[in-house]
Amino acid sequence: MSQGHAVSPFAWMRVNLFSTPVNGALTLLILALLAWLVPKAGGWLIWDAVWGPKPASACDAIRGEGACWAVVWDKIRFMLFGVYPFEEQWRAAIAAALLTSLLVISAIRSFWRKRLIAIWAVGIVLSFWLMGGGFGLTPVPAERWGGLSVTLILAIFGIGFAFPLGVLLALGRRSRLPVIRAVSVLYIEIVRGVPLITVLFMASIMFALFMPEGLRVEQLLRAQVAIILFIAAYLAEAVRGGLQAVPRGQYEAAEALGLSYWRTMGLIVLPQALKISIPPIVNIFISVFKDTSLVVIIGIYDFAYAVKKSVETDISWKKYFIEAFLFSIVVYWIYCYAMSRYSQWLEREFARGERR
Amino acid sequence: MLKSERARGVLYQALLLAAVGGIVWYLLSNTLHNLASRGIQVGFAFLGREAGFEIAEKLIEYDSTRSYAHAFAVGLLNTLHVAFLGIVIATTLGALLGVARLSSNWLVARLAGAYVEFMRNIPLLLQLLVWYGIFTELLPGVRQAIRIGDWIFISQRGFRFAWPEAHPGWDAAFWALAAAGVLSLVWRAIVRRRQAATGEQWPLALPVCALMVGLPALAWALMGAPTTIEIPALRGFDYQGGKVISPEFTALLVGLSTYTAAFIAEVVRAGILAVDRGQGEAAMALGLSPGQRLRLITLPQALRVIIPPMTSQYLNLTKNSSLAVAIGYPDLVAIANTTMNQTGQAIEAIAMLMAVYLSISIAISLFMNWYNARVRLVER
Repeated sequence: MSQGHAVSPFAWMRVNLFSTPVNGALTLLILALLAWLVPKAGGWLIWDAVWGPKPASACDAIRGEGACWAVVWDKIRFMLFGVYPFEEQWRAAIAAALLTSLLVISAIRSFWRKRLIAIWAVGIVLSFWLMGGGFGLTPVPAERWGGLSVTLILAIFGIGFAFPLGVLLALGRRSRLPVIRAVSVLYIEIVRGVPLITVLFMASIMFALFMPEGLRVEQLLRAQVAIILFIAAYLAEAVRGGLQAVPRGQYEAAEALGLSYWRTMGLIVLPQALKISIPPIVNIFISVFKDTSLVVIIGIYDFAYAVKKSVETDISWKKYFIEAFLFSIVVYWIYCYAMSRYSQWLEREFARGERR
Repeated sequence: MLKSERARGVLYQALLLAAVGGIVWYLLSNTLHNLASRGIQVGFAFLGREAGFEIAEKLIEYDSTRSYAHAFAVGLLNTLHVAFLGIVIATTLGALLGVARLSSNWLVARLAGAYVEFMRNIPLLLQLLVWYGIFTELLPGVRQAIRIGDWIFISQRGFRFAWPEAHPGWDAAFWALAAAGVLSLVWRAIVRRRQAATGEQWPLALPVCALMVGLPALAWALMGAPTTIEIPALRGFDYQGGKVISPEFTALLVGLSTYTAAFIAEVVRAGILAVDRGQGEAAMALGLSPGQRLRLITLPQALRVIIPPMTSQYLNLTKNSSLAVAIGYPDLVAIANTTMNQTGQAIEAIAMLMAVYLSISIAISLFMNWYNARVRLVER
């Protein structure tokens, strides 16, 4: 497309909108459709909608004409924090902000050093402390955790703990030792072949049977373990792709230098392989972030469940569930869209580096 | 001794086996102990017992007196039903969107891009909940159903439409259509062989259309040409007669296919972009029409790039159909869930679930691998 140059709008339109009769007709059709749809959608979403802290009766008065954003005002605390104790919700808010900034920091290339591991460890411990309390903060049991911070915890703790396991599985799958290879392949393929919800069912229903009698483990922790074990298989495949892309000569050179297996991997191969697998890992993280919403089915108060419950439990707001869901959709979308743009940008950056 | 690489290899493997064996043994002994202390019998004997719950949607006969095994079969068929239709719709929609994203028309390309970026960045579960909400709450009640003539009625209870009364003539027409499909494939093979051997082009589209329309019509006419059509009518609290598509099924199908279509669009776009520009230009120089160019030159080469990621999208869609449980469509997971709650046989039910999904995954991969091998580039 010739946008960068100074072309007259007419020339631009002729090339990009009316190049052939079919294209011209298509353009007109779409424009007509947009002219009809945009005022309608805009009216419902913005101009005719109820904004600000208004009672549900204000929405009932214009039902069908405009959206009822008052439901978001009324329920915002519950949507964002679930059943977390009201006075302590600032802690959940800080934890969510902390975890979000962890994501932002990880996206900056100058942080891609060993210290990133330390930063993640500190971030995870800090947010865990903020949520759970102790050491000067009022303890909050995990069954009261809820909302956006739970979604962030499930996704970020999930990928953080799954990462070492995924690297080991990827190395195992490419190992020369048949037993290690077989165990890795079996694990990866079985996990990738089943839906996440079956693994979550296992965690929520079967876990109690697996553990010694009388040992109780929080539902949230069980779901977290299930998510970690699930992601590890997908991470392993991403890392394996990176391992395969490292040229053979690198392995051979390391061997010729007399490096042991672990030194070869740790010093020569993995640093190169992991860099290549970062874009697919970001994509895995995006789908994990979306898939954490499946914990709704086993009744964990993540962001999606908090939003669902916030309208379901209140008879006067119940009919404005679409607006509540739209709010949560916008939040999820901002996170995922930012990450997916980042991953696309990263891929282009890497490709540019290769070409030089 | 540990200096020798071989010995170390054996040691590592032995250690891993011991660790895996130890974990399995630990979990197994805990499980057996827990089962014994709770008085739960292990085994698949429960499958023969009466299920005792109703299933709202079924493709085969079922009622609450049937066995759990039968209920599982109903759930499995429902899963396959929605996954198959979802794959067909998602592929069509996704291919259209993928081509649209590369359109020379700026508006079309931007709109398709916006669709993809919007849909794929929202959790599927939320999308399903919204669709379900729309189909059950926002549509009018049964009495105020939206009517399209006397034929289609749209309400919170689903889409109900007129449907021919059951008659051998319709069955015959259905089987004739299947036969026509097979015959068309045979005819296509003959035409291709002929063209490869002599360069002569026999007609393809016309005979295939004739077969697909003519054969079923003939079978229908021969078996008595039934014309009675069942028209839905309001009796009591709901419409009776005709065919109905439930809101649960609609929400699941629409949600799955519109979500997966966004991913398929990206796959198709990448596949088309991967085909060298020179190929299209060479085809143009040879005087092929745009349609021929796409069908004969671009698409066959793009397919090689498209098929592996497309396979994983199909697998994702099939696995994602398990989210049905969140909106109350009786798929395999929902049935297994009910069964677990009623019988307490969680281990068996979850094992069955996983086995079924694994088999479906393997079957789809095998089929796609076979297809991939068929369209692969044959190098000299």
